[in-house]
Amino acid sequence: MTSAREDILKGIRGALKRGPLDATQQSALATRVPAHTRPAIDEDAVERFVRKFESRAGTVARVATLRNVPAAVEAYREAQGLPQRAAVGAGLKSLRWAKGWEVHHGAAGSDEALAVSPALAGIAETGSLLLASGPDSPTTHNFVPDDHVVVLEAKQIVMHFEEAWAMLRARPEGIARATNIISGPSRTADVEQTIQLGAHGPRRVHVILVG
Amino acid sequence: MEIRSNEFKGRAVFAIHDASLQQALGKAREGFVGKRAQQAAELPEFEQLREEAKALKNHILDHLDHYLERYEQAVTAAGGQVHWARDAEEARTIILGICKRVGAKTVTKGKSMVSEEIGLNEALIDEGMEVVETDLGEYIIQLAHEPPSHIIAPAVHKTKDQVSDLFEAAHGGPRKTTVPELVDEARRMLRDKYFRADVGITGGNFLVAETGSSMIVTNEGNGDLTQTLAKVHIVTSGIERVVPTLDDATLFLRLLARSATGQETETYTTLSTGPRRADDLDGPEEYHVVLVDNGRSRMLAGRFREMLRCIRCGACMNHCPVYGAVGGHAYGWVYPGPMGSVLTPLITGLDNAYDLPNACTLNGRCASVCPVKIPLPDLLRELRHMQHQQEITPAMQRRALKLWRFAATQPRLYHAGERIAARLLAAIGRKGRIRRLPLASAWTDVRDLPAPAGRTFLELWQGKRGKS
Ligand code: SF4
Repeated sequence: MTSAREDILKGIRGALKRGPLDATQQSALATRVPAHTRPAIDEDAVERFVRKFESRAGTVARVATLRNVPAAVEAYREAQGLPQRAAVGAGLKSLRWAKGWEVHHGAAGSDEALAVSPALAGIAETGSLLLASGPDSPTTHNFVPDDHVVVLEAKQIVMHFEEAWAMLRARPEGIARATNIISGPSRTADVEQTIQLGAHGPRRVHVILVG
Repeated sequence: MEIRSNEFKGRAVFAIHDASLQQALGKAREGFVGKRAQQAAELPEFEQLREEAKALKNHILDHLDHYLERYEQAVTAAGGQVHWARDAEEARTIILGICKRVGAKTVTKGKSMVSEEIGLNEALIDEGMEVVETDLGEYIIQLAHEPPSHIIAPAVHKTKDQVSDLFEAAHGGPRKTTVPELVDEARRMLRDKYFRADVGITGGNFLVAETGSSMIVTNEGNGDLTQTLAKVHIVTSGIERVVPTLDDATLFLRLLARSATGQETETYTTLSTGPRRADDLDGPEEYHVVLVDNGRSRMLAGRFREMLRCIRCGACMNHCPVYGAVGGHAYGWVYPGPMGSVLTPLITGLDNAYDLPNACTLNGRCASVCPVKIPLPDLLRELRHMQHQQEITPAMQRRALKLWRFAATQPRLYHAGERIAARLLAAIGRKGRIRRLPLASAWTDVRDLPAPAGRTFLELWQGKRGKS
């Protein structure tokens, strides 16, 4: 009995009226460089990122340097009435937190209220954040807590998705296990088309834009 | 899932008289159509992207074997496992096998149309597992014991009041009546399930050969919680969903959200590449992809290859007047609307879905919005032709068509017939309308037939020409 894999591939080749591709054809496809149209954008990338991200109920605060991040998180925490506790991605280990703060770098458990994550890139085209999973930025931080704060440096903002993919490929560890592109708080329109934030993921996503 | 597409007519009549359904459908129509039009207008490159997406899909289909093999290699290199399933049963067996091996008790699910197509839930439940749909729309219809009525918005046929009733029955009171309360209640009920889940099953909008990643595009984040927190992540996807590179996927991403929900982007686009890594703090321990053929390679061979370009955006049903009038359940299987009317007979058999290709006015709106330019009306017409050839079309209709063909190829006879009919119909018409007509009661029972003027178009035309 042939395997399902063989059968399906045979079926496909039969439908295409040919056998397997030869080495030359295969390498031509492997080196093919896609060149699809990218939307033309005539706007400053940082400005556009902020405008688009805010248009989908995300919020943005801007600070001068990374050193200012804990104070910006504190301001956000206070405004939301959250306790001084956060799951912080180890990628932000160097941050110095004020007294009273309880910070850990583990995964987010079901009672986690606030997470702070480092972004790999911002995509101006749609106003989206790109986060790559790993010990520096566990995926649970992005989805479990009600409040998600993401630290993004202005120089990490690119115009189009394609540039963000290039940043992913250029990492020594390559593509992450989970690559999360996040364009605002979780939402649903499943009850009568009414948009409601905080469906299953974070109710609020706040970007601290550095630089 | 049971195929009930041959009950289309009865179910359609029922649907038209269902006041709640009509209320829900009315709301959906306005929202989807307007928002998509606005998004398309705001992106000057939109039409160009549609053209490129069509060409790219054709390129992928021409080299489908190659891209699937490359995808498999990349998944394996990332520590994941690819399984191939010829049909629905094989897919169920593979997934059941994994679930049983890890002793799964609770299975969470993100929205996956392929899992509906292969009838997965019933199979898991029969084995004693608790299956929890986590997409809010899917959760609602799971409580209602109904199949989805739309591929993007599975509970689009439900009104808020109906959701309130379902939630009250399932969760106990007090009854929640506002959308925020309802969404909150679902959020609370599902939280604990994500953490308890042994297996999390999601679909895959795209499978990226370059990186071995599966990609999901969602708004709620339920798919991400499903695949991050379960011990095992299983992706179910059709073989046609593979794309060569991340840049290629991007072309479709630019079209998908705009066409589907009329958003510039959905909230979450997620790439999953293999299981948890050595230094990861979270993520599933196992990562599996089940590639489902189920009639797709057969479709590749013939005149329906174009249907395999479908990226499941739902725009065709949002713009379909028939879908808009009867909703998704009338179509009787997993895929409704224009794309469903093509897919259902092709996957389940021509004689299992006789009415679907005929439940179409050939108005062409679906094809004019399809992001990958599938000529849906042409494919539906082709299916009608095949029904006729295989004698699935009712004998009476075939005889009538034969008679018509005979007459239509004899101009004198045809015109004579037309003249008689025009005069007869004009004679029985009252004030230009005919209220009852034998053999046409399907029409005249519900509306009047406009009576002809008494003379045929040709006669009038010739009269005019004679004068000038
Ligand atoms: S046929 Fe076209 S419009 Fe319909 S769901 Fe598929 S891609 Fe979307």
